Amino acid sequence: MRLGSGTFAACCVVIEVLGVALFLRGFFPAPVRSSSRTEHQAEPPAPEPSTGASSNWTKLPPPLFSKVVIMLIDALRDDFVFGSKGVKFMPYTTYLVEKGASHSFVAEAKPPTVTMPRIKALMTGSLPGFIDVVRNLNSPALLEDNVITQAKAAGKRMIFYGDETWVKLFPQHFVEYDGTTSFFVSDYTEVDDNVTRHLDKVLKRGDWDVLILHYLGLDHIGHISGPSSPLIGHKLSEMDSILMKIHTSLLSEERENLSPNLLVLCGDHGMSETGSHGASSMEEVNTPLILISSAFERKPGDIRRPKHVQQTDLAATLAIGLGLPIPENSVGSLLFPSIEGRPVREQLRFLHLNAVQLSKLLQENVPSYKKEPGFEQFKMAERLHGNWIRLYLEENTSEVLFNLGTKVRRQYLDALRTLSLSLSRQVAQYDIYSMLVGTVMVLENPAHPNSRWSELDVVILLGTMGHVLSLGASSFIEEEHQTWYFLVNTLCLALCHEIYRNCFLGDDCEPRRCSHGERGFVNTAPALQDGSIGHDELEPHRASKSPTSLNTLRGWEKWMAMASPWVILTCCRLLRSLNQTGVQWAHRPDLGHWLTSSDHKAELSVLAALSLIMIFALVQRRCSLTSKVAMALGLLGVYCYRAAIGNVLFPWQRDSKDISKGLIEARFVHVFVLGILFTGTKDLLKSQVIAADFTIKTVGLWEIYSGLVLLAALLFRPHNLPVLVFSLLIQTIMTKFIWKPLRHDAAEITVMHYWFGQAFFYFQGNSNNIATVDISAGFVGLDTYVEVPAVFLTAFATFAGPVLWASHLVSFLSSETSSGSALSHACFCYALICSFPVSAYIILVTSLRYHLFIWSVFSPKLLYEGMHILITAAICVFFTAMDQTNTKS
Amino acid sequence: MKDTDIKRLLYTHLLCIFSIILSIFIPSFFLENFSILETHLTWLCVCSVFVTAVNLVLYLVVKPNASSKRSSLSYKVTRFLKCCIYFLMSCFFFHVIFVLYGAPLIELVLETFLFAVILSTFTTVPCLCLLGPNIKAWLRVFSRNGVTSIWENSLQITTISSFIGTWLGAFPIPLDWERPWQVWPISCTLGATFGYVAGLVISPLWIYWNRKQLTYKNN
Repeated sequence: MRLGSGTFAACCVVIEVLGVALFLRGFFPAPVRSSSRTEHQAEPPAPEPSTGASSNWTKLPPPLFSKVVIMLIDALRDDFVFGSKGVKFMPYTTYLVEKGASHSFVAEAKPPTVTMPRIKALMTGSLPGFIDVVRNLNSPALLEDNVITQAKAAGKRMIFYGDETWVKLFPQHFVEYDGTTSFFVSDYTEVDDNVTRHLDKVLKRGDWDVLILHYLGLDHIGHISGPSSPLIGHKLSEMDSILMKIHTSLLSEERENLSPNLLVLCGDHGMSETGSHGASSMEEVNTPLILISSAFERKPGDIRRPKHVQQTDLAATLAIGLGLPIPENSVGSLLFPSIEGRPVREQLRFLHLNAVQLSKLLQENVPSYKKEPGFEQFKMAERLHGNWIRLYLEENTSEVLFNLGTKVRRQYLDALRTLSLSLSRQVAQYDIYSMLVGTVMVLENPAHPNSRWSELDVVILLGTMGHVLSLGASSFIEEEHQTWYFLVNTLCLALCHEIYRNCFLGDDCEPRRCSHGERGFVNTAPALQDGSIGHDELEPHRASKSPTSLNTLRGWEKWMAMASPWVILTCCRLLRSLNQTGVQWAHRPDLGHWLTSSDHKAELSVLAALSLIMIFALVQRRCSLTSKVAMALGLLGVYCYRAAIGNVLFPWQRDSKDISKGLIEARFVHVFVLGILFTGTKDLLKSQVIAADFTIKTVGLWEIYSGLVLLAALLFRPHNLPVLVFSLLIQTIMTKFIWKPLRHDAAEITVMHYWFGQAFFYFQGNSNNIATVDISAGFVGLDTYVEVPAVFLTAFATFAGPVLWASHLVSFLSSETSSGSALSHACFCYALICSFPVSAYIILVTSLRYHLFIWSVFSPKLLYEGMHILITAAICVFFTAMDQTNTKS
Repeated sequence: MKDTDIKRLLYTHLLCIFSIILSIFIPSFFLENFSILETHLTWLCVCSVFVTAVNLVLYLVVKPNASSKRSSLSYKVTRFLKCCIYFLMSCFFFHVIFVLYGAPLIELVLETFLFAVILSTFTTVPCLCLLGPNIKAWLRVFSRNGVTSIWENSLQITTISSFIGTWLGAFPIPLDWERPWQVWPISCTLGATFGYVAGLVISPLWIYWNRKQLTYKNN
C-alpha cells in the first residue's frame, strides 16, 4: 500500500478539488431572479389602481430629466466627500451638498465590494452573488434586465468613458465609448486623463441622453498607497473640478432647454484602511451617492447627516428618472427625495410602479408571499391609492385628499422598505443537493493509522484538531493567523524540549547522572552556556548509548542546535510584527507600514538590498554554477525593478527620476526565473536518463526551488522580502540542526512544513479576506492585462508561503532519503493534512449557512480554501511525479 | 503508609486551593473596589504572595523530603538566595516566552511580567520548595519515569496542568465577545490559575486511583 499511497493521495486530492468546485457551485446561490425571460417582458406597465371610476393613466410616466450624467468614481469612500477630506479637497461638491439643489445619501454596497458586482448592482438593482468575485476577471455581457438595456430599448443615446468592464457588460449599448483597462493598478493619471479628454467635446455636443463616466484613478491610488496618501487629495481635487465642469455645462444647457438634467455622483465601493477593498468593513461598504439637479429644491444652510440607503436603490431611481420601466430583478426602492418636488399624483404613481415590480419579484421567489408583511402593506397601500384616485378624479381638492395622499405615500414607502428587505434576505438560499454531493466527494479520504506517539506527535495531532475546531467560529477565521502563529510557536517549544532531552539526557528512559547537568525544560541564554560545559562530559556516554541523538554534531554545532528553536521563535516574532493582519488588530502600527511610508524609503532600500543578498547567500550553496550566476543576476534585476517603479532608491541616483512600469527589468527577471526552472527540469530529466547519479536530481530539485524563490522575490513587495529571507533561514536551520540530527520521520517533517507554510501565508500579510490579495503582483512585467499570466502570478504571490515550503519539502526529502517510500508517504500525509481542514470546513459551513457572517467571513474563507486545495493538488501531482522518477531510478 | 501520605498530600493541596480562594476574598476587606477583573494586577500580586507563603509554610511544616543531614546557617542563606535568583530567572524566562508567543513588546510590560510572576508562582515555587535549586533534580522529575515519590508526582502533574491551562487560556483572546476577561493577560492568568487548581485536585485523586501501579524507587 505504501508504494502506491502517494499516487493514491494525489488522485484523492484531485477528486477533492472537483468536490470543492461542485460544493462552491452549490454554495454560492443564484441571485433572486425573475422567471420571465427577457423576450416576453414587453408587458404593459401596471395601470394606476382605481376603485369605481377608471383611471385614464396607463402609460409610463414621462421622464423627469432630459439628460442624465453618471459620474462614478471607483473606491470613493463616503468620508472622501462628506468628511474632512471632502471639505478640504472637494469644495464645489461640498457646496452643492450643503447649499445646492441636491440630495445626498450614503449608499451601502453589499459585499463583495468589487467593481463588477457593484456595477451590476447599480444598474440592475439586484444583488449579485459572491461568486461574481471570481467572474470579476472576465465579465461576460450582462443578460439581466437593467437600466442601460431599457434605456437602449427606449432609444436613448448613451455615451460611456471609463472602466472597460462596462463595455464588456453592455456590449453595443453605447453609441460612443472609450474603455480603459482597470487591472493595471500602478497607473493612476493616464487612466483618468483618458476619460476626461473626451469631456469638453461631448458636453459641447449635447447629442446624447445618458453620459456615464467611470474614473479608476482613485482606486488605483488606494491599491498603491492607501487612503491616507497625499495622492488621494490631488485626485479628489481633480474629480471636484471635473464635477464642476459637468455641472456648469449642464446648467447652461438647461437655460436653453428649460428641462432639468440630473447629475449623479457615486462610488461603486469604498476603500479599507489598507487601501484595498472586497470585504465588508464600514470603510469598504459606505459610498457617497449625490443626486444633483435643478429640479430639486435648494436647501440653504440645511446641513443634515446624509441618509443611509442601499446601493441597489439607484437603479429604480434612474429608471423612474429616465421614464423607463424598473429593472425586473431590482430589489431596491425608489429614492423618494428625488421625486419629492413632483405633484402628488405622479409621486404615488411612481411609488406604485416600484411596489408592483417588487411584489412581482417577491411572488416569483417566495411561495408563501401572501403572508409576507411587505406584500400585505402593499395591497393595503394599493387600495388606499385607488380611493385617492377616485377622490382626485372627482376633483375633490379638499384637505381630505391631501391627507389621504400623505397617508398613501407613507404606506407605500413602508411597503417598499419591507419588500426590499425581505427580497434582500432571499439571497441566502442554497442549493443543498450539490452541496451534499460535493461534501461526499470531499470526504472520500481514508484515515491514516498512527502508530508511534511522542510528545511532538501529540502536539501535531492536537494542533490540527484544534485548528479544525477553531474554523467554526467567525472570529477564529478572521484571526486565523493567530492560531497558526500560536501553533508554530508551540511546535518550536516542543522541538526545543526534544532537542534538550536528546542533548542532556541522551535517552528517554534513564535520567542522566552527571556532575553538571542543566535544566531541559526551561532554558535561557545563560543556561545555554552552562549546558555546554556539561556537554563535553556527556559526550562519551551518549556516543555509545544513543546513536540517533545529536552526537553527529560537534562543538559549536551542538550549541547551534540548542539555540536553533530560539532563533526560529525570534524570527517568527519579528515576522509577526511585520504585517498586522486579521480584523481586530489590523489597525495596529506595524513595521510594514513604517517601511512603506515615503519617509523611510532609504531604510526600505537598505532592507531590500540586504534581504536580496541574504536570499542569494542562503540559496546559492546547493545550486550549480550556471544557476548561481542566473540567481545573482535575477536578484539584481529584482532590485532594479523595484527601483524603476519607485519603491526603492539607487544609492547613486539621488534625484527621483520618473517612475516607469519597470517592464524591461521585470521581464529580465522573468527570463532568469524561467532559465533556472529550465535548468532544474533538465537536471531532473538527466537524472532519469543516467539513473545512477543521485546528486543531479537533488541539485535539479533545489534549482526548481530556487527558481520559485526568485519569482517570489520579484513578486513580493519590498517590505515583504524579509519574509522570504526568514523562510529560507528557518528552512536552513531546521534542516541542519533539527530534522537531520533528530531523524524525524517523513510524516512529522511534512506536518511541520505544512504548519510553517500556513504561518508564512499569514506572515506575508494575507488574511481570510479578499481585500488582502495583492493584485498588483499579477502585473509585474506585463504591459496590459493578460488573463492567464496575471491570474497565475497573483495566485503564486498570494500562496508563496505554502508553495515554497512544500517545494522545500520535496527537495529536502529527496535529498535525504534515497528510497522512494519517504516521498510517497510524505505526499500522502501532505494530502491528508491539507484536505482534512477543507472537508471539516465544508461541513461546518453547511451547518452554519444561516450564520450572520456567512457572506463576510465564511464565504471568503471558503474561496481561499478552494484555491488552497487546488494548489495542494498541483503540489501533490508534483510529488507523485518526483516519486515516479525516484522509483524508476 | 502510602495512604497516609496521600492524605497528607490531599490536605496540603486543599490548603493551596484555600489560599487562592482567600486571595480572592480577603483583599476586598482592606481595599475598596477590589475585584479580580478590574484590579487584576493587585489580585495577581496578592495571589502570588499567598500561594508562595502557603507553599513555604507547608514546606517547613510537612517537610516532604526531610533530609537527615543538618546544615549550617550560611548554607541555608545561600540556598535561599539561590532560590530567589532562580525564581527571578524563571519570571524573566516566562516573560520572554510570552513575548515570543505574541505578547506586546513595549506596551503592557507590567501586565506581562506579573503574568510571568504568577505562572512562576504556580510552577517554579513548588519546584524550589520541593527540590531546591537543583536543576539536576528538576530534570529528573520532569523526564519520563523519573519521579521518586508521590510529592514529585503531584508536582509534575500540577506544573504541567498549569502550563496547559495557560496555553488554553490564550484561546479566547481573538474572539469578538468583548468581555472584560478577554483583555491580555487576564484570560491567560485565569487559565493558569484554573490549570493549577485542577492539577491540585487531580493529582491526589490520580495517585489514589493508581496507587497499585505506582512504584517509586525510594519507597
